Amino acid sequence: MDRLPVNRKTLSVFTGTAVLLALPTVAGAAGEPYLVSLFSRILIYALAAASLDLMLGFGGMVSLGHAAFFGIGAYTVCILSMHGFEGTPLLAWPFELGGHQSGLVLWPAAVLFSAAAAAVIGALSLRTSGMHFIMITLAFAQMLYYFFVSLEAYGGDDGISLFARNTVPGMDLTNDTQFYYLCLAALTAFLLFSYRLVHSRFGMVIRGCKENERRMKSLGFPTFRYRLVCFIIAGAGAGLAGALIANQTEYVSPGLMHWTRSGEILVMVLLGGMGTLFGPILGAAALLLLEECLSIYTEHWMVYLGPFLVLVVLFARRGIYGMIAGGNGNHD
Amino acid sequence: MTKSLLSVQSINKRFGAVQASDNFSIEVAHGELHALIGPNGAGKTTALNQLCGETMPDRGQVFFDGRRITRMPSYRRAQLGLARSYQITSVFTHLTVSQNLSLAIQAHHGHSFRFWKKAVDDPVIRRLVVPAMARVDLEARANIPAANLSHGEKRQLEVGMALAGHPKMLLLDEPYAGMGPGGAVELTKLIKRLKTEVTILLVEHDMGAVFSLADRITVLVYGQAIASGTPDEIRANPQVREAYLGDEANGCSK
Repeated sequence: MDRLPVNRKTLSVFTGTAVLLALPTVAGAAGEPYLVSLFSRILIYALAAASLDLMLGFGGMVSLGHAAFFGIGAYTVCILSMHGFEGTPLLAWPFELGGHQSGLVLWPAAVLFSAAAAAVIGALSLRTSGMHFIMITLAFAQMLYYFFVSLEAYGGDDGISLFARNTVPGMDLTNDTQFYYLCLAALTAFLLFSYRLVHSRFGMVIRGCKENERRMKSLGFPTFRYRLVCFIIAGAGAGLAGALIANQTEYVSPGLMHWTRSGEILVMVLLGGMGTLFGPILGAAALLLLEECLSIYTEHWMVYLGPFLVLVVLFARRGIYGMIAGGNGNHD
Repeated sequence: MTKSLLSVQSINKRFGAVQASDNFSIEVAHGELHALIGPNGAGKTTALNQLCGETMPDRGQVFFDGRRITRMPSYRRAQLGLARSYQITSVFTHLTVSQNLSLAIQAHHGHSFRFWKKAVDDPVIRRLVVPAMARVDLEARANIPAANLSHGEKRQLEVGMALAGHPKMLLLDEPYAGMGPGGAVELTKLIKRLKTEVTILLVEHDMGAVFSLADRITVLVYGQAIASGTPDEIRANPQVREAYLGDEANGCSK
């Protein structure tokens, strides 16, 4: 075979990295600083999509409830920092638990809470498969959505604002450029982790379960445990993305965990290339940029997005990433 | 009589109106190659599924290596050394030959909650994967995706994966299915070699293979074991001739 696909792949990854690294400088020079915050949003959604892709593209678990973990991460940050700001305890009994303002405390907390939620939801959902799994993840996410809608203490339907972006020693997150690089770093770290994971022993088991779970069991793998851990890791990744989106928009509402949001994240993965490392970034960028551009002309921008999505799914088996980097390559 | 490695005692399984296993019993001794034969629809695959844990019997008991495994999940049985290969080849088509065997090795060497180190660099896998390929004559195909193997090679890989954990017993589900004459000769050679290493329960349609390979044969008809014995005893058994071999001789008697 010719070496072209390899070169194309390397070239496209290199170009993508360069664009993302240079973006704030270019946007500043071009006098379009709002691009920095738009791309922060893209990076955050890319992180959420990458976490979904880990369980969907590599583990074969089609979830329509992934936004639940995204929302939990966001709410964790907002609720804890609200208590931190007001100096009121979040929990008075059985032990006193106060709020906090530091990202170094809040973000791990967001990851932890999302992971815990994923552990519970996953443990119940993974007893089913196929269509039932899709529906049960959807149902859990909607339960959480309505839970937060009815949670009057934290804004209910209206959501709550973040009083100020979290603090990180040595960084000023109110500066959009610095915040952008934080998002880029978080995404890079997650992708590096994903890359190592899919080639590790754990990753091999997950990929085997995707293709033939029955065979994995007969080889001697307790597949439920492995799939559950994969589900938890994906949930934790989405929780981190949620923590970042809360800081980016400085506001969270139950809309973050609505099932249509789960659908959007799913579309990002399909659009960008399921089971690829960089696909979710392209998917998130394509979807959010299209939304941004088309919504200038019409509020019914989805009308144009729909056919586009159909075309990509029909003609690009590995999504946009497959088109750019050469479709026949492996996912790494 | 030596103690059996696998002992199945009167298992029953019903699917709606069909009694797929009807007080089915079988004893497989250490080191023997035991064949399970029977006409289509006799319940051979259902029986096998109950042995490997993919289907649970309604009644009856299954013992393996002195332990009761009747309700044990399939992955635990595999860990105890009861391995299975499938009639419909179930290799991982997206993975290469060596990755397929690595996965099978992984299943028997420690847990796989290892997230960082590449599986190919795992010392245990590196050490065992080459002998595992050699065992089923696939060293030359190490880096070929399983999807690109010939049918016969896929069967070899299938058996290789079942063997990778050095099981005490191997359940082979119709390994000759869909095999051309050349592949069948290769497979017979392979099974003859395996016979010396591991106890085998062979479920098979190919009578020639069964009678040339098996130490003992059990005949299954309508979910019931109607006879069990050496190939010569089975050949001479009038009940078997009537129910099964005769059935094949005048094929349209159904």
